Amino acid sequence: MNKNSTLYCPKKSAAQLRNRQRKAKLFAHFCAAVTWAGAALLCVLLYQVSMDGFKWLDLQFFTSFPSRFPHKAGIKSALVGTLWLITMVAFIAIPIGVATALYLEEFSHNGRVNRLIELNIANLAGVPSIVYGIIGLAIFVRGLALERSLISGALTMSLLILPVIIIASREAIKTVPMSIRHAAYSLGATRWQTAWSHVLPASFPGILTGVILALSRAIGETAPLIMIGALTYVAFLPEGPMDSFTVMPIQIYNWVSRPQQEFHELASGAIIVLLAVLLIMNATAIFIRHKTEQKLK
Amino acid sequence: MSFKKLVGLSVLMSSISAATLSATAYASERLTGTVSLDGSSTVFPVSEAVAEEFLAVQPKVRVTVGVSGTGGGFKKFLAAETDINNASRPIKDKEISIANEKGIEFIELPVAYDGLSVIINKENSWVDSLSVAELKRIWEPNSTVKTWSDIRSNWPDQEIRLYGPGTDSGTFDYFTETINGKSGMSRPDYTASEDDNALVQGVSGDINALGYFGFAYYAANQDKLKVVPIDGGNGPVAPTAITINNGTYEPLSRPVFIYLRKQALGRPEVKAFVEFYINKAGELSTEVGYIPLPEQTYVRAMERITRGEAGTAYTAGAEPSVANLLSAE
Repeated sequence: MNKNSTLYCPKKSAAQLRNRQRKAKLFAHFCAAVTWAGAALLCVLLYQVSMDGFKWLDLQFFTSFPSRFPHKAGIKSALVGTLWLITMVAFIAIPIGVATALYLEEFSHNGRVNRLIELNIANLAGVPSIVYGIIGLAIFVRGLALERSLISGALTMSLLILPVIIIASREAIKTVPMSIRHAAYSLGATRWQTAWSHVLPASFPGILTGVILALSRAIGETAPLIMIGALTYVAFLPEGPMDSFTVMPIQIYNWVSRPQQEFHELASGAIIVLLAVLLIMNATAIFIRHKTEQKLK
Repeated sequence: MSFKKLVGLSVLMSSISAATLSATAYASERLTGTVSLDGSSTVFPVSEAVAEEFLAVQPKVRVTVGVSGTGGGFKKFLAAETDINNASRPIKDKEISIANEKGIEFIELPVAYDGLSVIINKENSWVDSLSVAELKRIWEPNSTVKTWSDIRSNWPDQEIRLYGPGTDSGTFDYFTETINGKSGMSRPDYTASEDDNALVQGVSGDINALGYFGFAYYAANQDKLKVVPIDGGNGPVAPTAITINNGTYEPLSRPVFIYLRKQALGRPEVKAFVEFYINKAGELSTEVGYIPLPEQTYVRAMERITRGEAGTAYTAGAEPSVANLLSAE
């Protein structure tokens, strides 16, 4: 089509080409601007938070329980609570999520049931987090009588992030080339051996990305935890899954809503710590992903 | 070794100071167990301070404080999931009937005052006071007040912009009940926020603003805001620690409470904690920005615990005002 136009009408086509190229350039600039706007916003946020919060970050801040005196207050119980919770969520949600994805992609062949499950999972990913809190309160806290404990919180959070893990894992498993499966089958491997030793390792980097996103979401959530009765003032560290607990977002929210300026700054300090925890988590995952990718090559 | 000695010494000291506070010998034995509190975010700072101090006296007792709002806290309290509920308003009739149904007896203990403060912009030079009737004309549903001159004709003909807490807040319930006559009745066209700090920001940046929120938020932002003296019938009075404590700042002083589940009182750690709470409430509420109650009210509260007096002093329709609180028998 274009060839024709260059043949008969070279002038017009040159103008058209310039026009199209201009449009392409404009679009590229627009995309760059949008990207930088997001990054700039993050920078402003980080700058403001660090200006307020950095001076509160000392050893005392990490080793103290909450207090009514800002200079004595710390995030010990909240930080430890968050670490407990996120570890438990990882142990519950990752195996279930990955197993579900593996089943749906590699084992199940019932199309209609599959589509129904698929639809459900996609919908669940869009349910507001507070609804999960209500479910958690009804099932785990009251129904199973697990009370207002870490395990109730971890199970509720696992429900919340399962759809994200399942969807991401399925996408990752789908990208594994059929030839790998065929190669395994042709050598006499069973379906289980193929899935476990070939498909799963090959899709591991993608799965990990989904897991990071899901856990990052869980670490910042407050609403469902308040619903199931996570606490605000806790002056002891949880010793087991049945203990009561608090987490960092709740502590931050509490400090932000105090009237005194010092508490607002403490909240900024806690935000820095929360960001650091997230960053460390993500960095570890990226490191692991890099290692496995190299091994696969 | 020296550390052990130090710990021993501090335990000794804290038990001596605790013993002098109250005749009850709550520090003579090392208690264990858990005391669980939940409820209002307004009362939270007081309970947090008490829990923090109690930890120094009874380090083996686990005191936990949650924040799920007065109403949300009562739901847990009435399911016997918590021992104590922090409440920024008296218990409602509906909640009392649930308590009766479930056989839960509660002891009502006022712990401090919060003076609701009516706030204007620092640059506002015309408002020197407001009467309760004027406040009602501003805030009632279907209010016709749109400009400052609608309130008093000699005030400027500029649009008045209103700020207040959202409908889930106990502050909103109390203000609307006291000023408009019915809890929850208010004009809807104002800037509402559950976050009092957002209201502080709003009023401090708008010369035509008028808002209301808890005294602690005004006290922490006095350099940015101006408080309006309120005329409750005996001339305009501004909220201060003194006028709220002695009851002259009327009718916007409200007591805040803890509700104790009577059945939980059988546990020694709970009993020790509430007695400690009432002993320390005056001192600690001041530290976190609230106003202590008159001394005799704490004495009365302590009697309620020792006698195990259940029930509320606030029957249907009665305003939870200062006068009511003291006369309540």
